[in-house]
Amino acid sequence: MSNHKHTNMTCDQLLGLLSDYLDGYTHDEVCREIEHHMSECQNCRVVVDTTRKTISLVHACNDTQLSLPEDVRERLFKRLNLDDYLKQQNAP
Amino acid sequence: MSEPDTREISVEALRAGDRDEFARFVDMYSSPIYRLGLRMLGREQDAEDVLQNTFIKVLQYISGFEERSSLSTWVYRIAANEALMMLRRMRPEVNLDDQGNQDDDDFAPAQFVDWGALPEDKLLTGEAKKVLDRAIQKLPATLRVVFILRDIEGLSIKETSDALNLTETNVKTRLLRARLNLREKLSVYYGKHFPRELDNE
Repeated sequence: MSNHKHTNMTCDQLLGLLSDYLDGYTHDEVCREIEHHMSECQNCRVVVDTTRKTISLVHACNDTQLSLPEDVRERLFKRLNLDDYLKQQNAP
Repeated sequence: MSEPDTREISVEALRAGDRDEFARFVDMYSSPIYRLGLRMLGREQDAEDVLQNTFIKVLQYISGFEERSSLSTWVYRIAANEALMMLRRMRPEVNLDDQGNQDDDDFAPAQFVDWGALPEDKLLTGEAKKVLDRAIQKLPATLRVVFILRDIEGLSIKETSDALNLTETNVKTRLLRARLNLREKLSVYYGKHFPRELDNE
């Protein structure tokens, strides 16, 4: 990626702020500068859009709803001497 | 079906050796810890070892837990350490102690295929999911553990930095590198698989 200057921000500076920007941690003024830079720099716009989409795809196909396999839970409870709790299912 | 149990875990009860509370605690955290082990080590047996060792250590050390971080962060810290120690044993040649100071040029974007506007259902094919999974597996361990805690398990930057004993700046640097690395690999894949659609963008 080249590092030319659009507005008051270079491409490298934008890259350094990318995660904060995508996570909503940048101040309004910085957001405006990033968006202004993107309006003039096609490569940075693509990097921002595709990084945002990458995170969104990770969320869409992540397996956080996957619960523990029953046999793994059984061995864990036995190892922890919690056999008598095996029939209860306390998972949130 | 019974309602899921979302009551907060009592650290005091755990310290007092309350087995009911410990069983509830194990059920609350065993799935995320198993997933962390699986993502870090790639094998079910290793993930199960991480899981069991984590809760054995919780039992050993709960009496000394001073609540400087939340219980959740503390258990993630134990689990992440277990996973990293196991990786170190399995692959001693991998450097897990670097502070993420590799040359920034290694992570500079080089792919500018504009696939961000394609609809998600088109992007998330079975094959694309495998590409993404493999790319996560191939991240260097020091980046992967940060990415899993923050972007998969949803911990905040602060919680991730507490769990891994890293500064928040270091967590942010590693997270950015992980995200850019995955973006780069997906860009190569989508560029090859949707050349027509991307030409029309």
